[in-house]
Amino acid sequence: MAALQTLARRCSTSILKRHFSVSSPVAAQMTVRDALNTAMNEEMKRDESVFLLGEEVAEYDGAYKVSRGLWRKYGDKRVMDTPITEMGFAGIAVGSAMAGLKPICEFMTFNFSMQAIDQVINSAAKTYYMSAGKQTVPIVFRGPNGAAAGVAAQHSQCFAAWYGHCPGLKVVSPYSSEDAKGLLKSAIRDPNPVVCMENELMYGTAFEMSDEAMSEEFLVPIGKAKIEREGTHCTLVSHSKSVGLCLEAAQILEKENIFCEVINLRTIRPMDEETLINSVKKTNHLVTVEGGWPQFGVGAEIVAKVMESDAFDYLDAPVYRVTGADIPMPYAATLERATLPGTQDVVLTVKKSLHIQ
Amino acid sequence: MLSCAARLVRAQIQSKPTACWVVAARGYADIVDEATFTTSEYALHKLDEGPSQTVTVTRDDALKYYRQMQTIRRMETAAGNLYKSKVIRGFCHLYSGQEACAVGMEAALTPNDHVITAYRAHGWTYTRGVPPVNILAELTGRKSGVAKGKGGSMHMYGHNFYGGNGIVGAQVPLGAGIALALKYKGSNDVCVALYGDGAANQGQVFETYNIAKLWDLPCIFVCENNGYGMGTAVERASASTEYYTRGDYVPGLRADGMDVLAVREATRFAAEWCRSGKGPLLIEVATYRYHGHSMSDPGTSYRPREEIQEMRKTRDPITGLRERLISVNLATAEEMKQIDLDVRAEIDKAVEQAKADPELPVEEMYNDIFVDEPPFKVRGTNPFMYGMSK
Repeated sequence: MAALQTLARRCSTSILKRHFSVSSPVAAQMTVRDALNTAMNEEMKRDESVFLLGEEVAEYDGAYKVSRGLWRKYGDKRVMDTPITEMGFAGIAVGSAMAGLKPICEFMTFNFSMQAIDQVINSAAKTYYMSAGKQTVPIVFRGPNGAAAGVAAQHSQCFAAWYGHCPGLKVVSPYSSEDAKGLLKSAIRDPNPVVCMENELMYGTAFEMSDEAMSEEFLVPIGKAKIEREGTHCTLVSHSKSVGLCLEAAQILEKENIFCEVINLRTIRPMDEETLINSVKKTNHLVTVEGGWPQFGVGAEIVAKVMESDAFDYLDAPVYRVTGADIPMPYAATLERATLPGTQDVVLTVKKSLHIQ
Repeated sequence: MLSCAARLVRAQIQSKPTACWVVAARGYADIVDEATFTTSEYALHKLDEGPSQTVTVTRDDALKYYRQMQTIRRMETAAGNLYKSKVIRGFCHLYSGQEACAVGMEAALTPNDHVITAYRAHGWTYTRGVPPVNILAELTGRKSGVAKGKGGSMHMYGHNFYGGNGIVGAQVPLGAGIALALKYKGSNDVCVALYGDGAANQGQVFETYNIAKLWDLPCIFVCENNGYGMGTAVERASASTEYYTRGDYVPGLRADGMDVLAVREATRFAAEWCRSGKGPLLIEVATYRYHGHSMSDPGTSYRPREEIQEMRKTRDPITGLRERLISVNLATAEEMKQIDLDVRAEIDKAVEQAKADPELPVEEMYNDIFVDEPPFKVRGTNPFMYGMSK
């Protein structure tokens, strides 16, 4: 709200003062954390049946402060602290959705969602189908996914492939603040069960937000990828934090006159095959990039999709995957760094794809 | 050896209601409009007082309960036969013997209250308003089934009825969530969340007790204790078989699950408790299932045949009600026989339809993935086959 007022003030100032060269006002900046907070705030204001539950979401303002201020504004009825009982409170959240509310169920991290995964898959995802369309489950499960920093093996797993596997579930994975706000708003409004996988390390990162993105009606459609950067030599496709990695690699490669097209999937399920395939047909080279493990991962699925599509005939090299190392996450800093993909991994793999070096 | 719960049910024979109050003198023409009976004692946990042992029932209600229980009994028998002739496949968990639980509870609830149960759900699907033909057609997988054949035995849904759930215990947190929604919306309705003696040890059940009590949710937890979790007798699975006390800080009571009027009274008590904002309550109904766990279980490798026979002979809920009604002239044997015949005819007709109706066309298997979604492609079993989900 404050951001909108600032914007309005800036607009009116520019109209009054600049007569000859009218330059556009400075674009607003917003962290991913604030974007998620704004999304929940706006949707809770808009619809009485939307509420948030999870561990520490109320009085603590959220373990990662994503829900800061919401409990103070909306009170106990709309923002509920739960005991540390994932299976119980996830099931309760699903039941409340079945009875007509629109819960946002936060998992402190998606690692803990494993305790509740039966409720996500068997009670939420499959129910509309099993009931032949009689019973809807308008729920959002959200929280940080994938590696953080120094939290070791039990707290660093990426669940994109696990949730992306299941029909009946929508799975989104935002990268930027615009993604975070627009996708979470779409997820909350979606009458289907949606898993929204955020990234802890991105919470503090600020991104530019267009005027449109700052509006209360701003939505990012689920199921549509975004081309973050256009290119002609090789397509890089990614989701979540790794999109940033691809953009960095693309900048490095640009200096060597290699122009990469960077696709931000935004949605894991349903995946935007069309954008992928059109890009591969244009560049003839594809490298997938993700933080999760290689076996049965998001990249593996993309490779299979491309193999079976008519984009296969356009490939000049096999599709390669850049992923996390196939090991449980170690704690030591050097080892952790070596476990996660870096720009050098992406650069190397693009060059291999292009048969350079 | 009789299982713990079977012993419990049998023990209630000692206090079986024999005393009853006759309103008018007996005579063929002297059918009464209502009668009063005494139920066996309710065991109480953290409750100063419990449901009344003195229960009154009108003739109309009594005949309704009789008819409903008989319908469930015949429907389940028909399902068992259809399963044996391989027209029903997969899982089929029969409710025979437990009819008084669903019918008795429903008698104290309204259609605005909500119910969720586990997989032994056919009886509840019926009491919640789904006609037997749509239940049987769902079991035979036809498109006239309540879930168009896509759900099967364990996934039948109805108005304010959330199935039908296949994962043991998962329905209990769901039930508390429904209760949360009711409280959130300021409604006066309650949610009944049922589970068995096997599910009673699930961790998520205790997680649910905790949140339900903390947040004062209008949830009635019901443990349908039929003495066996699949083939494991209760005393071999539970360190404490006093299921009505397992909620600890959640007050509870145990009722005779073979006595439809006791179940009704217990439910009335619980519903009033929850509606008045006192938070959750736990009811254990001591009941018994005649068949095995499911149709693939003969049900005799872990319990003696004599036990089953004795239950049928001495504690059957339908026979019990019939005897009561006749003994006080609430109804005649002839009219109850007529009900039996009517029910049989209804179920026989439903069976014929359940066998004759077609299944969904294969193209429709891609539907009902998402709600409110424009049609989208869904992959089939080979890379060249796609369906459209509408």
